[in-house]
Amino acid sequence: MSQENKKDSLEQASFRTYCRDWLTQHDAGTPSTRLPQSAIEIMHPEQLDYLRKWQGEAYAAGLIGCDYPVAEGGGGRKDCQAIANQEMARAGKPFLPNILGLGMAAPTIHFHAQQALKERLLPGLFSCKDVWCQGFSEPGAGSDLANVQTFAERKGDKWIINGHKVWTSLAHFADWMILLLRTDKSSKYDGLSYFVVPIKSALGKGVTVQPLIKITGETGFNEVFFDNLEISDGYRLDEVGKGWKVAQTTLLHERGAGPMVTPSSGRGNSKASAVGDAYALINLAKDSTRDGQSAANDPLLRDQIMQMIIRQEGSKQGARRAKVEGLCEHPMRIPLQAKLVMSEVRQDNAAVAIDILGAHSTLYINDENAPAGGEWPLAYMNSYGITIAAGASEIQRNILGERVLGMAKSK
Amino acid sequence: MTQAKNFAFGEDEKMLRDTARKFLQDNLPTDKLHQLVASDSDPYREPPCHWDKNLWLQIVELGWTTVIVPEKNGGSGMSLVALCALVEEAGRVALPSPFIATATASLVLRECDTGPANDLLQEIASGKTATLASTPKSASWLASDCDISLVDGKLSGSAYFVQDARKVDTLLVQCKTETGLALYAMPVGSEGVEIVADGIIDLTRDQAHIHFNNAAVCDAQLLSDEACNVLERAEPGILTLVSADICGAAEWQLQTTVEYMKVREQFDHPLGYFQALKHPLVNLMIMIDQAKSLTYNAACAIDSEPENAAKFARMAKASASEVAAFASNRSIQFHGGIGFTWECFVHLYSKRQKHNQVLYGDAKYQRAKLADLLMGPVAC
Repeated sequence: MSQENKKDSLEQASFRTYCRDWLTQHDAGTPSTRLPQSAIEIMHPEQLDYLRKWQGEAYAAGLIGCDYPVAEGGGGRKDCQAIANQEMARAGKPFLPNILGLGMAAPTIHFHAQQALKERLLPGLFSCKDVWCQGFSEPGAGSDLANVQTFAERKGDKWIINGHKVWTSLAHFADWMILLLRTDKSSKYDGLSYFVVPIKSALGKGVTVQPLIKITGETGFNEVFFDNLEISDGYRLDEVGKGWKVAQTTLLHERGAGPMVTPSSGRGNSKASAVGDAYALINLAKDSTRDGQSAANDPLLRDQIMQMIIRQEGSKQGARRAKVEGLCEHPMRIPLQAKLVMSEVRQDNAAVAIDILGAHSTLYINDENAPAGGEWPLAYMNSYGITIAAGASEIQRNILGERVLGMAKSK
Repeated sequence: MTQAKNFAFGEDEKMLRDTARKFLQDNLPTDKLHQLVASDSDPYREPPCHWDKNLWLQIVELGWTTVIVPEKNGGSGMSLVALCALVEEAGRVALPSPFIATATASLVLRECDTGPANDLLQEIASGKTATLASTPKSASWLASDCDISLVDGKLSGSAYFVQDARKVDTLLVQCKTETGLALYAMPVGSEGVEIVADGIIDLTRDQAHIHFNNAAVCDAQLLSDEACNVLERAEPGILTLVSADICGAAEWQLQTTVEYMKVREQFDHPLGYFQALKHPLVNLMIMIDQAKSLTYNAACAIDSEPENAAKFARMAKASASEVAAFASNRSIQFHGGIGFTWECFVHLYSKRQKHNQVLYGDAKYQRAKLADLLMGPVAC
């Protein structure tokens, strides 16, 4: 018996059995191309097509959107998404491609959109018929997100949008975008409003998507330009001027601290899936040598590996403790650490892997002799995407110091 | 075997802990602690042993010493998680008492499974105090290492780094016998037992080395004739208790330093405005949370997942020892000049933490032991 199923409710227990049976019978198939390390690294249509098919099947089987109302295309269940996630991960299924939709757009739409809009947008988001992206950051609004300048001018029941978004993962595939923009230049926070925007249908008609190339050499994120794009007022979430409030719902979920559990799956069985985990460092050391001796005998490497395993286990046990109110000093203390700790642990795991690999860590994904297909150095470079995105680690430390510990706001 | 999702921390455990927290806050605020233990700052003073015996008697009344004693031995038979929560509160007020030493002895006794051990557990549940006397002069933490021998019914040799020796009634003494290693109970006033106080840095506990000069023992004092196995089985629990103490004390260090960041102003801003001070305290909070999660995980494993207890306890103590060092370092530094003085309370906690940090093995030691468990020993 697993640890997870010991305290399942009746509904959870029977749902877990259902998930496990379906996942046993369902084969996601073999991808025709190398899969990336995560959804925000998807570059090619072949990668997306394979992953989109898998997400669509998992949604059709009821494993995605489990806790959302039936009217919104969800499963109408209670506390079952976490069960489905555990079982998909256990089954080693591929990750879900529409991560920005599932993790950010869906909860924001659920909490802030009109009912008709929820019913129209969420089923296609859950099934991955529609790919979503997030239009928050701008060249002049990174850590200081509320400084966004992309502007929407009201014209009757329409809005005319002009501006420039950046670091927009998946925009090259996206059908829809969640968009934080300015509707009032006289007020920083109260001058923001929040929209959902159909961007694919507007390509060449007010929307231009240009790829950015990452330090890894991979594409996957983009710049998006708005040039007199006209959209209906019906795509607005919440009131005009309440965009910052709506964005908090997005950001809370993006950092893994929101009330809706984000659907997530495993990491597949590709070479990419072997990297990132601290326990994988043990076998990496056993397979590596230093001056002819097993790297697993090097006491300093052993110590580094143990440090990573302890931090990773500490985060895992922290997620468990966060659910026990009596053992927490502050309700948001562990949830607001989640993204910061996870991203830094993954970065440091990759850094230790590079130490273990020694000179072999110089070999990249284009070298057939690279250990683990060169995925560890790739993971190291990719890890900056997580320590910078969604509020850089330094911003997360400000948030924790101010909201949890109550220290004065830094500038 | 599996663990409960909530670390088995339910309503009973929470009530016990909340009562303890209030009791200690009411009865041992930090200024009172300072009066109790820091009256003499002379570094060449005779080793003091300051503690409030009346407070201890009330703690016994509250039932803390019964928590992990099985019901058949007159205890309340609660979980190690419950005891951990109490130790965390003791750490939070830096309580000088024989509580942790006696809890450590209880962990050892419940592994013995003999008549004399069960009898002693019963006495502990009624208020008797005890500590473990097994560490050799070399400070090896290996259960098999000991400097005391039993010859013709008499103990000879010495035990070192004995915790709170001058606050307890009974010593649990490990000794070499003709057939192996045994554990005996020895009342502190017995003939041939000489307790020599160590001059230690920590003001909130005492420590001693103990000489045994042909101290006679009888069969009724024999707690176990498999002492090494007993101590190895008890070790995860002992590590977990020290980790819990560290977590409680570190939370005090964090909160006290954060409060100072709110009231002390320089350059027209409260200190917490400056990220050079804010961010390290956030890092400390994260480290405390990791250590605390690992500590409760270890406690819960000892209760319900024994095959993983040793591994998780090593993780907890490794993590907690790092917390002890970092919390002590930053809490003094961030109090500035005042933090360097005897009158500022932070040194009381820093000293307790530095003791905790190395007790039963520091972080590097625990990680080396963990690597042996997870990776296998280093091949020669």
